[in-house]
Amino acid sequence: MKSIFSWLRQPGFLTALPTGIFLLVGFAGPLVLVVLYSFMPAKTFTLNQLPTFENYISVVTQSYYISFGWSITLALVTVALLLVITYPIAYGMAKLFGKWATLVTIMVALPLLISENIRLFGWVLLLLKNGIIDGSLNYLFGVSLSGMLYTVPAIVLGLVYVYLPFMLFPLVIGLSMVPESLKEAASDLGASRIQIFREVELPLSMPGILIGSLLVFILTLGSLAESKILGGQAVIMIADDIESAFTFAQNWPKGSVLSVLLIIISMLIIFFLFRKIDLDRLMGRH
Amino acid sequence: MDGGHAAILKLQGITKKFGTFTALSNVNLAISDGEFFTLVGPSGSGKTTLIRILVGMDHPTSGEIRLKGEVINDMPANKRPTCMVFQNLALFPHKSVGENVEFAMKIARVNPQTRRTRALELLELLRLPSDFYGKNINQCSGGERQRIALARALAFDPEILFFDEPLSALDYRLRKTLEKELKDIHRETGKTFVYITHSLEEAMVMSDRIGILNEGELIQIGSPDDIYNRPKNKFVAQFMGEVNTFEVERIDSRKARDIETGLEIEINSVLDENFKSGYLIIRPEVMKIGPAAENLPNQLQGVLFNDYALGSRIQYQVRNEDSSHQWLVERLQDDPYSGNAGEVVTIGWRAQDSMMVDH
Repeated sequence: MKSIFSWLRQPGFLTALPTGIFLLVGFAGPLVLVVLYSFMPAKTFTLNQLPTFENYISVVTQSYYISFGWSITLALVTVALLLVITYPIAYGMAKLFGKWATLVTIMVALPLLISENIRLFGWVLLLLKNGIIDGSLNYLFGVSLSGMLYTVPAIVLGLVYVYLPFMLFPLVIGLSMVPESLKEAASDLGASRIQIFREVELPLSMPGILIGSLLVFILTLGSLAESKILGGQAVIMIADDIESAFTFAQNWPKGSVLSVLLIIISMLIIFFLFRKIDLDRLMGRH
Repeated sequence: MDGGHAAILKLQGITKKFGTFTALSNVNLAISDGEFFTLVGPSGSGKTTLIRILVGMDHPTSGEIRLKGEVINDMPANKRPTCMVFQNLALFPHKSVGENVEFAMKIARVNPQTRRTRALELLELLRLPSDFYGKNINQCSGGERQRIALARALAFDPEILFFDEPLSALDYRLRKTLEKELKDIHRETGKTFVYITHSLEEAMVMSDRIGILNEGELIQIGSPDDIYNRPKNKFVAQFMGEVNTFEVERIDSRKARDIETGLEIEINSVLDENFKSGYLIIRPEVMKIGPAAENLPNQLQGVLFNDYALGSRIQYQVRNEDSSHQWLVERLQDDPYSGNAGEVVTIGWRAQDSMMVDH
C-alpha cells in the first residue's frame, strides 16, 4: 500500500490530475452515457431500464446504411480532393513563398474567424438559382446554371472549402520537416525529381499527410451543416440522422446507437489506416 | 603528382558571383585520376560554393568544368557520375542502414539480391558489422553514421567522391581515427577523393595535394610538404598554424631589416635575390630560448609571459617590454631549460630556419 501512496504523491501524477479529471468528466463521461443510452428501450430518457438490443436491431434493419455510406464516401472524397488541392499550396508555403507564406497563412486562416454557417450561406447566395453566379451569367451571356445548389457537388464544394485549413496546415508542417539536404543527397545519388518525391519527400512528409487526412476525415464524418445548407435534401448524412433522432424524434436511444456505430466505424477505418504505417519510424524515432 | 596521371577533373577560370559579391574568382585547377585532393580555406573562402559547383548543385557564372575532357557545366547533379558526402551526412532517417547504402543502386534499378550483396560488402569495407544492415539510422553513433554515409556514396560507384567537411562535427579522437581510415579507404578503392575542410591539419594527414582557398581565390596548390615548408604568402603560413612574423625589407643578400623596429636580421642565404620585401616567418618549434639561443645570429630580449604544455613540447609566450609584440618559442620535453614567468629571457633562431614570404 505504501508504494501506491508514494506513487500518488509523485509530481507527474499530481500535475496530470487536472487534465485527467477534465478528460474524465468532459470526454469519457458523455461517451459512457451515450453507450449506456444505446442499450435503453426506445424513447426512454432514463438509464434505469433493463438493457436491450432492440435499438441496434431496428437501426440495422432500417436503411441507415445509406446515410453511413454517404458520410463515409463524402469524407473519403473530401480527403482525396484536399490532398490533391493543398499539397502544391503547402509545398509553396513550406519551400517557395518565403515571406509571402505568412500572407497566405493569414488569408487561409482568416475565414475561420467567421461562423461556418454564415460562410456556407455566402456560397448559397453565389450558387442559388438567380443568385450571384447564375444571375450574372444569365444577364451577361444569357446562359443559365440554375441547377448548381442542392446537389452532391455543392456539398463536396462546401466540405472542401470549410476543411481546407485542417489539411493545409499539417501538410505545411509535414513538408517543412523534409530537409533540403536530403533532397540534394538523393539527386546527387542519381534520383530524378519524381524519384526524389517518391523516395524522400512523400515518406518524410507522411506524418503531416496522415494528421491532415485524419482531421479532415473525422470532421467530415461528423459534419452536417454542408449537407443541410448546400445540399438541401439531396443527401442525408449520418450526422443529420443523429441530430434528428435526438431532436425531432425525441428518441435518445436510437441517436445513441447511431453515434456508437459512427464511432466504431471511424475507429476501424483509422485503425486500418494507421496500422499500415509505422508512425514512429516516419517521425524519425525508434 | 600531376605528372603520371591524367587529369580527371579540370577547372578553367571558374568564377561565381552572387549579385555584386564574388564568391569565386578565376579558379584554375586540375585534379589527377586517383588522387586525394583537399581544398582548404577558412569559412567564407568559397570552398562550399566551389564544391557545390563541382557536384552540380550550383552553376558557375563563368568558366569551364571538364570531367574526363567533357564539359559538364550544365549537367544536373543526378546525371553526373560524381557523388558527395555531405557535411550533415544527409542520411535518410526513414530508411534503414541497408536501404540508405542501397539507395543509388535502387535508383539505378539494380536487382535486390545484387544490391544486398554489394551493400554488405561495403559495410564490411567500412568496418561495420553486417547486423547494421537492418538497423535504424537513429540507432547509430556519429562515427557509424560517417561510415554509412561513405558506404552510401561508394555504392554509387562515382568517378570522383566529394567530401564537404564531413568530420567537422565529431570529437577530436574520433576525427583523428576517421581521417586515417578515410585515407586507408582511398588507398583500398583507388578512387579520386576531393575533400574540403577548414582544417589544414586535417588536410595534411590525408591529402596527396592541397589547394589553399582564401576570399574566392586559389592561393597555392601543392603537396603537404610544399605547403608546410614553402608557403606562398603570410596567409598560408599563418593558416598552417602559429608562426612568428616580422615585416621586413631586404638590405642585401644576407640581411633584412624589420620595418617597425629597425632590427637587423640575418636571413636565409638561398633566398631569391629579387625578393625585396615581405614577411619573415619563423615557426615556434625552430625558435630557441635561454642558453640555447645565446650563440645564435638572431636574438631578441623579452619577458617570459606564460608557458603551455603541448604534449611532446612546451611552448613559451615571450613579450617585448610594452607588450606590443609577442613571440612563441617551443622546446622539447627533455630539453632541461626551465624559465619562470616574469623573467627576462633571450630568444633566437638560425638564419636557415627562417623563410620569407609574400604579403
